[in-house]
Amino acid sequence: MSGHHHDHDHTHDNHYTPIEARVKALETLMVEKGYVDPSALDAIVETYETKVGPRNGARIVARAWTDPAYAERLKADGTAAVAEMGYGGRGGEHIVACFNTPEEHNLIVCTLCSCYPWPVLGLPPVWYKSPPYRAKAVIDPRGTLADFGVSLPEGQRIRVWDSTAETRFLVIPMRPAGTEGWSEEKLASIVSRDSMIGTGLPRIEDAVEDAR
Amino acid sequence: MNSAHDLGGQMGFGPVVPEPNEPVFHADWEKRVLAINVAAGAMGAWTIDEIRHHRESLPPAQYLSSSYYEIWLAALDKALVKHGFLTSAELLSGTPAAERREPKRVLKGQEVPAVLRRGFPYDREAKAPARFAVGDAVRTLVMHPQHHTRLPRYARGKLGTIEHVTGCHVFPDSSAEGHHDEAQWLYTVVFTGKELWGRDGDPTSTVSIEAWESYLEPA
Repeated sequence: MSGHHHDHDHTHDNHYTPIEARVKALETLMVEKGYVDPSALDAIVETYETKVGPRNGARIVARAWTDPAYAERLKADGTAAVAEMGYGGRGGEHIVACFNTPEEHNLIVCTLCSCYPWPVLGLPPVWYKSPPYRAKAVIDPRGTLADFGVSLPEGQRIRVWDSTAETRFLVIPMRPAGTEGWSEEKLASIVSRDSMIGTGLPRIEDAVEDAR
Repeated sequence: MNSAHDLGGQMGFGPVVPEPNEPVFHADWEKRVLAINVAAGAMGAWTIDEIRHHRESLPPAQYLSSSYYEIWLAALDKALVKHGFLTSAELLSGTPAAERREPKRVLKGQEVPAVLRRGFPYDREAKAPARFAVGDAVRTLVMHPQHHTRLPRYARGKLGTIEHVTGCHVFPDSSAEGHHDEAQWLYTVVFTGKELWGRDGDPTSTVSIEAWESYLEPA
């Protein structure tokens, strides 16, 4: 932990903020008492910092856009179809893919805590875990989308999924017009994290020619 | 329990404010809280349901004024003390003083990829047929238990439709109390905006919850 770069007027013997000091004390205790392996802690951080994130979900969406048989498998059994791509496990043991249609747009929330499909989207953003989103999404989904600058065509219904169990939901947005002939990689580059939560839509202007 | 965590439909929090190009973590201590939380959970002393209950049992004012990693940290402290791994005095001092409690297991660094990839599936073998079928009309119970539940307040006593029969899953209400073996049929239940929110609901929206069988009665 680094605790030497803050410039507030709080003074503390060990140069840590109160929360940093608490976490440092907890980690020291857990390691010294042999409850956690320090290398396991580092491996967990590394996993969610560098390996598991929304690029996983974007690859799934791009494949579903280009491979109709895969899209059918994803609809029928999200967990198995996600596993085909090498993803799954903690925080996403049971995955359901929610396909947007011209008639219905899907929006994911967890009103009770912060349930989120970790293996395909990584750790949730702060707004997803915070009261404004958790309070508003179920009672005012259109107003919630407006907070993200998203407005849906008139006549498109909204389906809100409240993640009250260990089932995790991944929105499969509709493939935008004007992307005909694109590679899976280029398609994946326009699939934003928010478009897989339902608070955003893919935008062709975000495309990266070679996403690698 | 009816506490601050049960946020669906509450008002006054203002708009959602997304952070552009948000980093995965905002401080190093958040990384450590995530990692300790995952590794401590892997000791096998408590379930996800119990730790959620510790989070939602925080005093409402504290819950609403804490960041999510702060909530996690406070709940983790409670679980570690409750299960006899650490004492409050140790947490204050940061120095081991009390006797060590032997955990069921300690997650090793080299096991992390496989353990995270496998996860902790919650489906169990069904011991009885499902009571409800797709298309059935159901009403959610009106209940206000003191203990953990995953039936949100806004969806209690409401008329909905079974959309999907998911399978038999660990029942969180009893799992949080330490009874880890009880599983029940789990359903996706859909409600209209009007049913949930009356004249203030969006008539062009529906909301679903995942509901365990004992949350439901035939309608």
